[in-house]
Amino acid sequence: MKAADEIIRMTDITKVYGVGEAETTVLKDIHLLVKKGDFLGITGRSGSGKSTLMHIIGLLDSPTSGSYILNGTDVSKLKEDEQAFQRNKEIGFVFQQFNLLPKLSALENVMLPALYAGISKNERAEKANMLLTMLGLENHIFKRPNQMSGGQQQRVAIARALINDPELILADEPTGNLDTKSGADVMKTLKRLNDEGKTIILITHEHDIAVQAKKLIQLEDGMLIHKGKWLTKT
Amino acid sequence: MNAEELFTLSLKAIWGNKMRSFLTTLGIIIGVFSIIVLISIGTGLQSYINKQIAAFGPNLIDVMPGNMNSIAGMAGSMTEKLTMQDAKNLKRKFINTAKVAPTIQQVANVRYKNTEDKNVFIIGTTAEYPLVAQNTKVKIGSFFTRGQEISKVVVIGPTVLKKLFNDKPALGKKIFIGNSTYSVIGVTDKIGSTFGIDMDNMVYIPIEVIRQQFGSTTIREIIIAANSKELVPIVRKQTKEILLKRLSEDEFSVETSESISSTVGNITGMLSVALGGIAAISLLVGGIGVANIMLVSVTERTKEIGIRKALGAKRRDILLQFLIEAVMISVTGGVVGIILGMVASIAIAIVLVSSVTLWSVLLAFCFSVAIGIIFGMAPAIRASKLSPIDALRYE
Ligand SMILES: Nc1ncnc2c1ncn2[C@@H]1O[C@H](COP(=O)(O)OP(=O)(O)OP(=O)(O)O)[C@@H](O)[C@H]1O
Ligand SMILES: [Mg+2]
Repeated sequence: MKAADEIIRMTDITKVYGVGEAETTVLKDIHLLVKKGDFLGITGRSGSGKSTLMHIIGLLDSPTSGSYILNGTDVSKLKEDEQAFQRNKEIGFVFQQFNLLPKLSALENVMLPALYAGISKNERAEKANMLLTMLGLENHIFKRPNQMSGGQQQRVAIARALINDPELILADEPTGNLDTKSGADVMKTLKRLNDEGKTIILITHEHDIAVQAKKLIQLEDGMLIHKGKWLTKT
Repeated sequence: MNAEELFTLSLKAIWGNKMRSFLTTLGIIIGVFSIIVLISIGTGLQSYINKQIAAFGPNLIDVMPGNMNSIAGMAGSMTEKLTMQDAKNLKRKFINTAKVAPTIQQVANVRYKNTEDKNVFIIGTTAEYPLVAQNTKVKIGSFFTRGQEISKVVVIGPTVLKKLFNDKPALGKKIFIGNSTYSVIGVTDKIGSTFGIDMDNMVYIPIEVIRQQFGSTTIREIIIAANSKELVPIVRKQTKEILLKRLSEDEFSVETSESISSTVGNITGMLSVALGGIAAISLLVGGIGVANIMLVSVTERTKEIGIRKALGAKRRDILLQFLIEAVMISVTGGVVGIILGMVASIAIAIVLVSSVTLWSVLLAFCFSVAIGIIFGMAPAIRASKLSPIDALRYE
């Protein structure tokens, strides 16, 4: 059941936090199929488990049970370092909190994933430079995060997400900390990246941001709903 | 990631957190510095004392009034029960096995014409003295002979020669000691100072003469030099036997170079332990400082580790980065501490005593570097075990 145009195939994914009395099931029986080139929006109430799901998709966290195939590789049973390798190669992250390293310049921040991919220093710098220029940050290359606006920081984060040419971009509330104008810029960038062939998963609870995705699903009671129907095994 | 990349990464982290790096380095410097300095002082003191004791010669047996090993004996040291007769008895007994020299000590002013040397140490003794106190050698003229033991003659130390005669020839000159005149018959060689006392600011006169002039009848010390090292235990035993005929156990004590140096060795040993304890405390304080600084930055660093992991860093990448960082900081601190500690020890050696030992340098270095690395690595080891998301969210 491996299709070349599938990038994500999740089956029966559950996530349970805590044990005994404190046990809460955040995700139950998640079935998710994402095709290459999709622009998927995920919405849901606060606390519905959107971030939890994204962390599992992004291999930042492990599901309690279920299987997950990422771009043809079964990643549910990978060891920590193999997950790090997959994450580095396949996925670019854009976080609500930007998560840039405060002591590094924009350029150095963008170069980081390429460092861990083992790419040579010159090549890294060249590519990071190009990406920052593409995102309109050519005048901010040597600035530290605290010398830039939120919108600029988020664009640095997008550049960082792109440096290893991943097929999948995961964005968790990327506009959550930005004003309308910067938010619109970020959305424009994401749409452009999608046009260029990247698969995008966007998490948001803002309706007018969500509707810009090509396909919208909702997370409710730990399960996914698409156009009013529960997503079940396909 | 290759070695060069790792080094650049760690250097950047050190440079990026100048204050933290500086304080950590400082903690290690303090630890290394104080261990080296304190142990140097302890060792220096010990070897200084041993040298001073050795200067008296290895065959020395010293009889003193009183006994420091008991309360009654300490009081005895004030009563001064030793007499000239005891010295004579000993001399008769040891005619073939040892030399005996009784001494009386007195402090007085010494004058030559209008020049006065105040508070000179006067030693009244017999002709055997130079044979017994081997660090006392006559350089010019001679020591008084047995025939001169009732004459008003004096042998002066180099400091007295300098003060009274400005180093000009003094043989045959008459000097005043108290209010009697003595003629100078000899000048001793330089000895230096022992336990802070200038051993060259002394004059030696016959014991009978000093007894008459100052009216003292008891003697301060009987110095005995055995003819060989092997004879020392027998002579010591016999000395005790002879003195016990007349005196009680508490009224005198008989020490050898060895017994003195072991007593003193015990004291300096205790001192070294105390200094070592202080050094250990300062090391601990330095270590706590390092640990504290590292723990304060745990949140920040855990978040950094979370971000790096999210971007694809493997556990090994993280641990190596932190290890190299900790090693660089600790080794820098260690080396600076060693340099400062050695410089300080050498400076102290000029005014006091101290001698740097290799083992203290190694101990200080290894210990401090270990502390630096352990505390530097601890947050990294813990954070590298967290899932990336737990590290990212760490508060
Ligand atoms: N480490 C954890 N331990 C226990 N419970 C957790 C943990 N992380 C998240 N949860 C719980 O899981 C649920 C889902 O959290 P999640 O962050 O995924 O929500 P969300 O949909 O992203 O919400 P928001 O829109 O506010 O960001 C919440 O009820 C939260 O309390
Ligand atoms: Mg969330």
